[in-house]
Amino acid sequence: MKKLRHAASRLSFARALTAALLLGPLAGALLAFGARAATEADVVTIDNFTFGPPELTIPVGTTVKWVNHDDIPHSVVDKNKAFRSKALDTDDNFSFTFASAGTFDYFCGLHPHMVGKIVVK
Amino acid sequence: MANQGPHDHGKGLGRREVLECMLWAGTGVLWTVSGGIPHSVGLIGEAAAAEAGGFTFLQMSDSHIGFDKAANPDALGTLREAVAKVKAMPAKPAFIINTGDITHLSKPAEFDNADKVFGETGVPIHWVPGEHDIIDEERGKAYLERYGKGSKGAGWYSFDDHGVHFIGLVNVVDLKGGGLGNLGAEQLAWLEADLKDKSSSTPIVVFAHIPLQVVYKEWGWGTEDGMRALDLLKRFGSVTVLNGHIHQLAQKVEGNMTFHTAMSTAFPQPAPGSAPSPGPMVVPADQLRSKLGLSTVTVLQGNKPLAIVDRTLAG
Repeated sequence: MKKLRHAASRLSFARALTAALLLGPLAGALLAFGARAATEADVVTIDNFTFGPPELTIPVGTTVKWVNHDDIPHSVVDKNKAFRSKALDTDDNFSFTFASAGTFDYFCGLHPHMVGKIVVK
Repeated sequence: MANQGPHDHGKGLGRREVLECMLWAGTGVLWTVSGGIPHSVGLIGEAAAAEAGGFTFLQMSDSHIGFDKAANPDALGTLREAVAKVKAMPAKPAFIINTGDITHLSKPAEFDNADKVFGETGVPIHWVPGEHDIIDEERGKAYLERYGKGSKGAGWYSFDDHGVHFIGLVNVVDLKGGGLGNLGAEQLAWLEADLKDKSSSTPIVVFAHIPLQVVYKEWGWGTEDGMRALDLLKRFGSVTVLNGHIHQLAQKVEGNMTFHTAMSTAFPQPAPGSAPSPGPMVVPADQLRSKLGLSTVTVLQGNKPLAIVDRTLAG
């Protein structure tokens, strides 16, 4: 899990491998409970200086991935310092696993008028 | 709010015309400082300001070395063109004020390339960082190691030249969620102390990356506590505020204060609210250079006003 916590990396093959290793044995169990199978639902994209979706509700233990589609770097910073990404250049991403419930207000460290929220239940 | 833009040639431009100018243009800005109300005297080629016995400095901004996207695949190339304009100036400027975003991603090679090309001007440079200059792993250490000598805090400082008091402020550090640019209590306390013994007749030039006044809140174009700095400057007879960040000309006169933002040498950004986001604006390649540029500021001794001339790379 630790590997996933700060997996801001361009090494997408490594990330895919990690995800496969973790999710492979779990996928069946998750599907059996009707849980969301795809991690795509837990992606926040950055387009036009906006986090989308601006608010995301997830179960505890979910890894959220932010992907920057702008041609200007952005970052992802929790207001209460739970997480802070490096500057993400175009197509860079950052992932964080939410291990406990709560509401996480975050913003872009370069353009702080850009704000978003993750609600963990 | 004054109705005249600083660019009037005796005919008085209204706000609408100034804003149009902002959409179009770009060049250097020629400032003449004299403890009075600033206004510009004309474009570089026609201006007599530089010959009038004053001293001239330049404002250059937002070179974004390392940027290689559609809006300008060669930001280093256009910086070289801007530097060539500087080298070709008939009167050598006293120094350059660089209002930040020197690099795009704070990488050592980007700083190296910027230093090399700016160095070719052969002119001293006074820097302040933009938010793109402090995104190294250690959040600003790379910038301070190169440019922070003699500065305080995140890189703020002041100096005097030809009777003008220059103040470089940093408003890109420790930004708060939902907010704008940020000076912070420590820097404001330093500014208050810095100004304490200055006579109100001392002309002031204050420069920072993000506009100190709010230009467009929706895009974060302003400084949260900028008014606190401006309040400290209110008693001075002539205050000129030079900023970058928005990659276009915007000018405004309010009482004794003149606000000016410079063009980028890398890529233009849209006029406030005219696009879905403030991101780099792609224009036809043959128009790019008309939207990039630098500003020339001339400080005249005696009873003449400060003058700015903006000059594009197309000219």
